[in-house]
Amino acid sequence: MTKNEPKPIEQLTYEEAYAELENIVAALESGEQSLDDALSHFERGQLLTRRCAELLDKAELKVRKLAGEALESFEASE
Amino acid sequence: MEQPALFDASPRWTVTTLTRHLRQLLEADDSLQGVWVEGEISNLSRPSSGHIYFTLKDSGASLRCVMWKGEAARLRFAPQDGMAIEAHGSLGIYEIGGQYQLYADALRPVGEGALYQEFLRLKALLEAEGLFDTARKRPVPELPHRIGIVTSPTGAALRDMLNTLLRRLPLAEVILAPTPVQGDEAPPAIVAALRTLNRVAAPDVILLARGGGSIEDLWAFNDERVVRAVTESAAPVITGVGHETDFTLADFAADLRAPTPTAAAEMATPVTVADLQSNLAEIGRMLVNGTMSIVQRQREMMTWLDGRLRLFSPTRRLQTEQQRLDELSRRVNAAQAHRLELAAARLKGLENRLTALSPLAVLARGYAVITKDKKVVASKSQVRGGDALHVRLRDGEFDARVTGDG
Repeated sequence: MTKNEPKPIEQLTYEEAYAELENIVAALESGEQSLDDALSHFERGQLLTRRCAELLDKAELKVRKLAGEALESFEASE
Repeated sequence: MEQPALFDASPRWTVTTLTRHLRQLLEADDSLQGVWVEGEISNLSRPSSGHIYFTLKDSGASLRCVMWKGEAARLRFAPQDGMAIEAHGSLGIYEIGGQYQLYADALRPVGEGALYQEFLRLKALLEAEGLFDTARKRPVPELPHRIGIVTSPTGAALRDMLNTLLRRLPLAEVILAPTPVQGDEAPPAIVAALRTLNRVAAPDVILLARGGGSIEDLWAFNDERVVRAVTESAAPVITGVGHETDFTLADFAADLRAPTPTAAAEMATPVTVADLQSNLAEIGRMLVNGTMSIVQRQREMMTWLDGRLRLFSPTRRLQTEQQRLDELSRRVNAAQAHRLELAAARLKGLENRLTALSPLAVLARGYAVITKDKKVVASKSQVRGGDALHVRLRDGEFDARVTGDG
């Protein structure tokens, strides 16, 4: 568990946040946690859930195109 | 000319039975069923019934043809008078009209036949090489981060795919590798696009797509170079070429074949943003429930412990002990008071006796206390002439010296 030095929530990608959330839920469901651990996990879990939801809500398909060996922006109306 | 005998043994038919017989002859002949017939279209008509009637002719003969509505709807081109085509179908007889005709189920422009032969030849070759083996197919990822698209940058196919991806998985990133998708320059350009895309962008999955068109339009996707590039792609490839009825060799080589570009974009995103949202809601519930159950368990544990504590509680014993202590203390106090009274009385008696025995009281009656070297002199033997003595009277003291031997 990423207990020491977790990455700031706002820097997590969806996959990272979701994976951590899954770990937290798995740990909670093992039922082997102290009340303190459970509550701090719960708090982090809440933040992660919010982060994921936000990322889903704000997601906008990012489109780039190959130009030779490089990638450049691409407008769908192009 | 000699008349036939009116009562000879020649077979006798009605028109109906004869026509039916002819029809059965035609239909029983395998060489006339499921055949291709080449000719030029004339007298084409397409009445509101939706069926198509036309005549196929060449320099030597003509053949009546009919194509029923269902098959006509699947045509990829509009047949016209003067068009050289191949019609596929079976010979039969229209009994009422007394006409034999071709019941056509497919038409193709002349030339497509040769293309199709080439298609079959190459397909057999590549199939034998194992390029189409199911065992070669790779699974496409459930949740791709990066989706590569190889198609024309200007086609409707790209717009359809982008719209579909935007709707289904806006979290994804799309890398377009633009390429012409028809004409002689298309095959090498598609091959290069696939290779560069894999090398530069390393997508999780690639959509190789093109909108619908004639078989010539789609031919680049039957090119051997393209087929091999598909099998060599590092990322799994989903093809979406033409319409549902179009199968290209690239489709056979692909890890997944979609009937259209839109369907390819759908197959590339088996998990949609809506799925993710409901998963998230579910895991959010699990988070709350998991925490709640730990809190609940702790609470139950505390209740249980509390019960046990009460059961074995020292409080009651403490109370009992306290009471005993109070009792003892009261008794101790009472005894102590009595003892103090006794002691006080005894003290008083002693004091009286002391007072009575006090040498001061004797002195008061005119006696003296004589000491020599701080010891009371009670006998004559204790002193000699010249000894220094100390004398204490009722009201004071003085030193004295023995003058005689006594």
